[in-house]
Amino acid sequence: MPKLTIDGIEIEVEPGTTILQAAERLGIEIPRFCYHERLSIAGNCRMCLVEVQPGPPKPAASCAMPVAEGMTVKTNSPMALKARKGVMEFLLINHPLDCPICDQGGECDLQDQAIAFGADKSRYAEAKRAVTDKYLGPLVKTEMTRCIHCTRCIRFATEVAGVPELGATGRGEHMEVTNYVEHALHSELSGNIVDLCPVGALTNKPYSFHARPWELKKTESIDVFDAVGSNIRIDSRGPQVMRVLPRVNDDVNEEWISDKTRQAVDGLLYRRLDTPYVRGADGKLKPATWNEAFKAIADRIQGVPGSRMAAIAGDLADCESMMALKDLMTAFGSTNLDCRQDGMKVDPAIRASYLFNSTIAGIEEADALLIVGANPRWEAAVLNARIRKRWLAGGFKVALVGQAVDLTYGYEHLGTNPQTLQEVVDGSHPFAAVLKDAKRPMIIVGSGALMRDDGDVVLGACWKIAQATGMVADGWNGFNVLHTAASRVGGLDLGFVPGEGGRDTRAIVEGAAKGEIDVVWLLGADEIAGERLGKAFVVYQGHHGDRGAHRADVILPGAAYTEKNATWVNTEGRVQRGRLAVFPPGEAREDWTILRAFSDVVGKTLPYNSLAQLRDRLTAANPVFGAVDRVVPAEWRAFGIDGVMNTSKAFALPIENFYMTDAISRASRTMAECTDVYINGNDQKKTGTHD
Amino acid sequence: MLRDQDRIFTNLYGFHDWRLAGARARGDWDGTKALIEKGRDAIIKEVQDSGLRGRGGAGFPTGLKWSFMPKEVGERPHYLVVNADEGEPGTCKDRDLMRHDPHKLIEGCLIASYAMGAHACYIYIRGEFVQEALNLEHAIAEAREAGLIGPNACGTGWDFECYVHRGAGAYICGEETALINSLEGKKGQPRLKPPFPAGVGLYGCPTTVNNVESIAVVPTILRRGGAWFAGLGRPKNSGTKVFCISGHVNKPCNVEEEMGIPLKELIEKHAGGVRGGWDNLLAVIPGGSSVPVLDKAVSDTVLMDFDSLREVGSGLGTAAVMVMDKSTDLIKVIARLSRFYMHESCGQCTPCREGTGWLWRVMERMARGEASVEEIDMLFDVTKQIEGHTICALGDAAAWPVQGLIRRFRPVMEARILERNRAAAGAAA
Repeated sequence: MPKLTIDGIEIEVEPGTTILQAAERLGIEIPRFCYHERLSIAGNCRMCLVEVQPGPPKPAASCAMPVAEGMTVKTNSPMALKARKGVMEFLLINHPLDCPICDQGGECDLQDQAIAFGADKSRYAEAKRAVTDKYLGPLVKTEMTRCIHCTRCIRFATEVAGVPELGATGRGEHMEVTNYVEHALHSELSGNIVDLCPVGALTNKPYSFHARPWELKKTESIDVFDAVGSNIRIDSRGPQVMRVLPRVNDDVNEEWISDKTRQAVDGLLYRRLDTPYVRGADGKLKPATWNEAFKAIADRIQGVPGSRMAAIAGDLADCESMMALKDLMTAFGSTNLDCRQDGMKVDPAIRASYLFNSTIAGIEEADALLIVGANPRWEAAVLNARIRKRWLAGGFKVALVGQAVDLTYGYEHLGTNPQTLQEVVDGSHPFAAVLKDAKRPMIIVGSGALMRDDGDVVLGACWKIAQATGMVADGWNGFNVLHTAASRVGGLDLGFVPGEGGRDTRAIVEGAAKGEIDVVWLLGADEIAGERLGKAFVVYQGHHGDRGAHRADVILPGAAYTEKNATWVNTEGRVQRGRLAVFPPGEAREDWTILRAFSDVVGKTLPYNSLAQLRDRLTAANPVFGAVDRVVPAEWRAFGIDGVMNTSKAFALPIENFYMTDAISRASRTMAECTDVYINGNDQKKTGTHD
Repeated sequence: MLRDQDRIFTNLYGFHDWRLAGARARGDWDGTKALIEKGRDAIIKEVQDSGLRGRGGAGFPTGLKWSFMPKEVGERPHYLVVNADEGEPGTCKDRDLMRHDPHKLIEGCLIASYAMGAHACYIYIRGEFVQEALNLEHAIAEAREAGLIGPNACGTGWDFECYVHRGAGAYICGEETALINSLEGKKGQPRLKPPFPAGVGLYGCPTTVNNVESIAVVPTILRRGGAWFAGLGRPKNSGTKVFCISGHVNKPCNVEEEMGIPLKELIEKHAGGVRGGWDNLLAVIPGGSSVPVLDKAVSDTVLMDFDSLREVGSGLGTAAVMVMDKSTDLIKVIARLSRFYMHESCGQCTPCREGTGWLWRVMERMARGEASVEEIDMLFDVTKQIEGHTICALGDAAAWPVQGLIRRFRPVMEARILERNRAAAGAAA
C-alpha cells in the first residue's frame, strides 16, 4: 500500500486511490466541480489542482491522479492556491451575475467556492457569452448560460441512467451541453441531474422560483411511491411540501431518486380530503364532524358479525395504521383482511417468499440474473439503476421472461410465456445452466408474475429454480420478489392478511358483490374499482379523493406520507421510519389516531395511547419491526405450489404508467404533464403555436 | 551545413518518382528484413543511441518512448499510431514527406511496429491533405502487393497492416490522446494522463503515437547506425531535421538541415535571406505558432535545436520558422494566433476554454491600442493562469505566443496604447 504525505500528514491508502480521495480520508477537502464519486472521472474543471512532488513543475488534477509511494502533496501551497484562483476566475468570467434570480442561489457550489477562492472584483472587461436554453422535458429547467461544462449531467445520463441522450457540441467557448434534437430526457431518473449540477444551469422546473433553500424546513424521511423505500429529504415551507431531495443511503438508493419520488409531491396539494364526509340519504357525500362520521359507522356496524366485515390496506399505508386496523378488525372478530390489492400470491407465513432477499446492495455481488414478469425500470427505477451499475461492471448475464422492455442494459429475452419459465425450471433451457454455473445467481420475480391466478404456481416454479441453481447458499440468498407497493412488505410482516377462514382481497370483493360482506374498511385502498363492492357499506380512510373515496359511504380524512411519523418496510424487508414534515390539512389526522379514536367510540378501545406503545405492539407482532434501518435475513424454506402454469397467458406488467401509480401521483399536475410527454409521446418542445 | 550524403529525405522536393520503384532506387526497403531480424531490443537500442527526439514538437526521446511499451504482448494487442495530423501553423514538413517520400514512412511504420510488437499501424492524416492521403494509400497498396507489408511482411514472418485514417480538420486532434479518441470515433478531446497511451491507448490497448518525421527517419538510422545520426548536430540535439521556413523571406522552403544550425545561417543559406536584408528583420517564431517569438538580437546568434531555443525562452517545436520583417504589425500577428487557439480549443477544461477567448479579446484591443498599460500585466497574468493548468498542452500553446510578445516586445505594446490614448484624448479635446 502506497504511503504519501498530504499537507504534512502521512497516510497509507490502497493502490489506485486518487489524491482527492486520500485527502478526503484525512478530512482535507479539495474543492471540485466536475468530480463526483458516483460518476466516472472527467478531470475537466481543474478546480482540484494541487501541488505534487515529485512531478513536473505544474499542479496536477487531484481527482484523476492516482497516489504513488513517497508522493508529497500540498493542497494549499501558493502554486495550488494560484491555480485554484485562476480557475475560479475563468469559471466566473462567462458566468452570469444573476445569483439573485437563480434558483441555485444559496445551495450553489460555484457561489460557495467563489466566496473561498474568488477575487473581489472582475478583471474581465470583454463581452460575456450567452447560450440558448435547451428543452429537457417537464422536470428539468435549463439556463445554459450558467453552465460551467463540468459534464456531470452528461456522465449521469450515459452511465447511471443509461440514456446516452446528452452530450456536448461545439468546441472551445462554443461548447454547449445539449441533447441536440431537443426532446425530453427519456429517463425515470432525469431529476437527479438537477442535484448533480453544481451551478444553476439545470434546475427543478416545477419548483422553479417557488422558494429559497434557507426558507425551507428539512425533514429526513422515506419515499412511498415504490417499494424501494428511497431515503429522502422533504423540504417544506409552512404547510406546504416544496420539494423532495434524495438522501445518501448506499444500501438503498445511493443518492438517486426517481422522478416520481421527486416531483409527484405537488399531488399533495390537490384533491385532498380535509374533513370527514358521510353519505346522506340523498346519496351524496356531505361534510361532517368526526363525531358524526364515527357515529355513522358505529350505527351501521352495530350487530354486524365479524365474518361480514372486511378491511383492505392500500399501497401507501403505513405499518402503524395497518397494525391498528388489524387489531380493530380482530376485536370485531373479523379475519377478512388483506394488504394485497393486486392479489399477489406470496406466502405470508414464510418471509423469504416475499422479500428481496439478496438486498439491493447485494445486486452488485451477483453474477447472473433472471427477471420474471417485471419491468424494474418502472417498478423500481432506482433499483434498476443498481442492476445497470452491476451490468456495466461486466461479467453479469441478465435474462428476462416477460414483456420485453428497454431496461437500459442488455439482456437476453427468453420469452413472454410461463412455458419458457417452465423450461428453466426443467433445466432444459440454456439459461438454467448459466444460473447454475454462476457463483451468485439471482432471480427477480415481479408482482406482475405473482398476481396471476396461477401466481402461487409461478412462485413455486421460481422457488424450484432457486433450489436447482443453488441460489441460496452460505450467506447468499438470490431469491427476490420485487414489490411495487410501499405498504406491502410491512403489511405481510405484521400479518395484515386473511386469518383463519378469512377472505383475501378477491374473496372480499366477490363477497361484497354477492352481499356476503356488509362492511368494507378501505385504508387508502384506491386500486379496487368501487362498483365491484356491491351494496357493502364502505369506509374509506385516506388522504386523497381518489377511487376509494368516490365509492365511500363514510370518509375519514387521513394523513399523507409527508404528514405523519410512520414506519414502512421496503421490498428488502428494511424497516424505515418516515417523519412528519408538515401537518395534515384541515380536519385530517394521522391514521393510527383515527383508528384509536374510533375504537373508543365502539367500545373496543385499542390498547395503545402513543406512537411508542403502538410500535411496541408492532415489535410484539413481529420482532423485525425492532430492527430499524436494517435487514433481518429471512429463513429459507419451501414455498409456492407445485403445479402447472397457465402457459396460454403471457406474463403481464403491473404498471401501465410509471408516472401515475397511486392517489398522490394521480393528483399531481407535474405527473400529468409527464404522462403527456413520456407516455403519450409528446416529448418535443411546445413551440407556442401548440394548443 | 548538412552534406548531401547525410541527407535522409532525398526526395523532399518531389523531383523524383515517389512510387515504390523510385523509393527503392533511393535505397528504401533495402534489406528491411535484415534490419528487423536484428530484433526488438537492438532496434530500440539503436534508436535510443541515435538520440532521436520526437519531431512533433515536444522533443521527447523516441527510443525512450518506445521502451515504455510492455515488453511482452499480453491479452491486449499493441498499436502504433502515426500522427500525420499536421496542423501547427507554419508547419508543412510531414505533408511533403508523405507526398514525395511515402515509402520512407511506411517502412518506418513496419520497423517501429515490429519493435513494439504491434501488428497494426494507423496513420491519422489531416483531412485537408487529400493528395497526400491518396499517395500514401497508393504506396501502401504497392508495398502490400510487393509483400513488404501485409502477412509475412518482407519475409520476416511478421504480419503487419497499415491503415490510413482521415481526420476532419481539428487542430486538437494532433494531440496524441485526442487523436486516439478521434480514431476511436469519439469527440476529439484529450484524455487525462496518467494513464499514458503506452499503458492504455487506442481501444484501451498499449499504444505509441509518433510524428511522421520521427518514424520516417528510423529506417535510415538503422541502416547507417545510431552513431551516425548522433554524430550530427549537438549532444542531446542530434540528427537532421526538416525546417519549414516561411514568412518574409525571399525563398520560403522546406529544407533538411543539421540540428543546431544557426538561425541566421538557415535563413540566409536556404531561404534567400530576409526580405530587405537581415537588418530588416523584426522577429522570428522559430518553431510553429505555439512557441514564443524571438526578437532580432536573439535571432542573430541562436542555434536551431531544442535546448538552445529553450535557453532563450522559446522552443524548437516543429521547426517551422516564421520570419517577420519590419513591415509586420507583430501585435496583430499574435492576436491572430490567439484567435486560432480560441477557435481550436476543444472546450473540455476550464482554463483553456475560457482563457483563450479572453486572451484573444484583449489581444485584439491591444492591437488597436484600446487598452491601458496595466492591462499588459493582467494579460501576462492570465496567460500564467492558463499555462500548466490544463489537461493537454494546447493551453500552454495558447499562452506562450502572448508571453513571448510581452517579454520581448512590451515597449511596442506600450507605445501603441499610449499613442491611441493620446489620439483619443486629442479627439475628445
